[in-house]
Amino acid sequence: MKQHRLRRALTLLGVFLKIGAFTFGGGYAMIPLIEREVVEKKGWITSDDMLDIIAIAESTPGPIAVNSATFVGYKTCGVFGAVCATLGVVLPSFVIISLIALILNQFQNNEIVQFAFNGIRAGVLALIIKALWTMYKKCPKSALSYILMAGSFLVAAFTDINVIYIIVACALVGLVTSLVMARKEKTL
Amino acid sequence: MIFWELFYTFFLIGLFTFGGGYAMLPLIQERVVANGWMSSQQITDFIAVSESTPGPFAINIATYVGTETTGGNVFGAVCATLGVVLPSFLVILLVARIYEKFKRSRIVAGCMTGLRPVVVGLIASAVLGMAADVFLPMMAEMPTLSLWDQIAAAVTTVPFYMSLFIFAWMLVLVFKKVHPVVVILLSAALGIAGGYIDKFWI
Repeated sequence: MKQHRLRRALTLLGVFLKIGAFTFGGGYAMIPLIEREVVEKKGWITSDDMLDIIAIAESTPGPIAVNSATFVGYKTCGVFGAVCATLGVVLPSFVIISLIALILNQFQNNEIVQFAFNGIRAGVLALIIKALWTMYKKCPKSALSYILMAGSFLVAAFTDINVIYIIVACALVGLVTSLVMARKEKTL
Repeated sequence: MIFWELFYTFFLIGLFTFGGGYAMLPLIQERVVANGWMSSQQITDFIAVSESTPGPFAINIATYVGTETTGGNVFGAVCATLGVVLPSFLVILLVARIYEKFKRSRIVAGCMTGLRPVVVGLIASAVLGMAADVFLPMMAEMPTLSLWDQIAAAVTTVPFYMSLFIFAWMLVLVFKKVHPVVVILLSAALGIAGGYIDKFWI
């Protein structure tokens, strides 16, 4: 039994190493890969579990990739499984970026590289605007959410107030508003 | 101590990011720039590196900042990466035990009604900062100049129109769902071409 668990945890490590090494674009790009490996091939969790995992990864702090790896690992093989899956998803990034950091510095003063990055910055701006648009589309629309969007934008862009305070304040506003609304519905 | 600072900073970043991916960007911009670890322009450059290498942005930038600030010390990278991963890991372990309750919790749902829009607002503000870096590069050198003077100075330069051209083209490609790596390679090529045209012909 114990050996069985150990083998399963090691397989988890292997599966998530592969996922970490071959997904470009982070969290959401990983979900279909996790599904194929863990649901279809191994049958460790069901596809209903997978939907729950996405919902939970979105409503807990941290990167989606780490959240879903930890959750799948825990579901499959307990805390040890969670450690293996998380380590697996982190390790390829860690190794690749450590190597790149060493090389990147040597090229920073190179003229061609500087020209390239002048162009790349404009391209990245376009990529982030797309990410912003995706986030906007996914966000449920209500008067409150428009107010919070505009408010947090203005405060973050034009004041020095700590971003963490803005996040906490908006979470509290959302919480209080929805609790008050729920109570109103009850009394009606 | 730098190792503790790396761990602590990225722990906070991990703890207060909801929605994954670039939701982390405003916090990273604030904390990492405030600590003097990277300039906002370097962060933009690193997004391109991260998009072209495997793995999540959060892990990539934590590892990079950890390596850079400690002069290539692996332990710095370990501290930053562990910091950004640990809040996720601990919270998920906790939630996994009570997850039926968590799914139905009104408190969680209530907080999410506030958190989803704040992420949009914060990324929008990060976009504004990046746009200033791209189109008004003199801002960093001459921060005392007013915004209008900055714009007036920028529109007389060739690089401004090159950036505008690359940005507009890439925006079209991005919304046509062209792969990010293709977008980055193409804008790099255009940047190089533009740089030499500016240098030798104008």
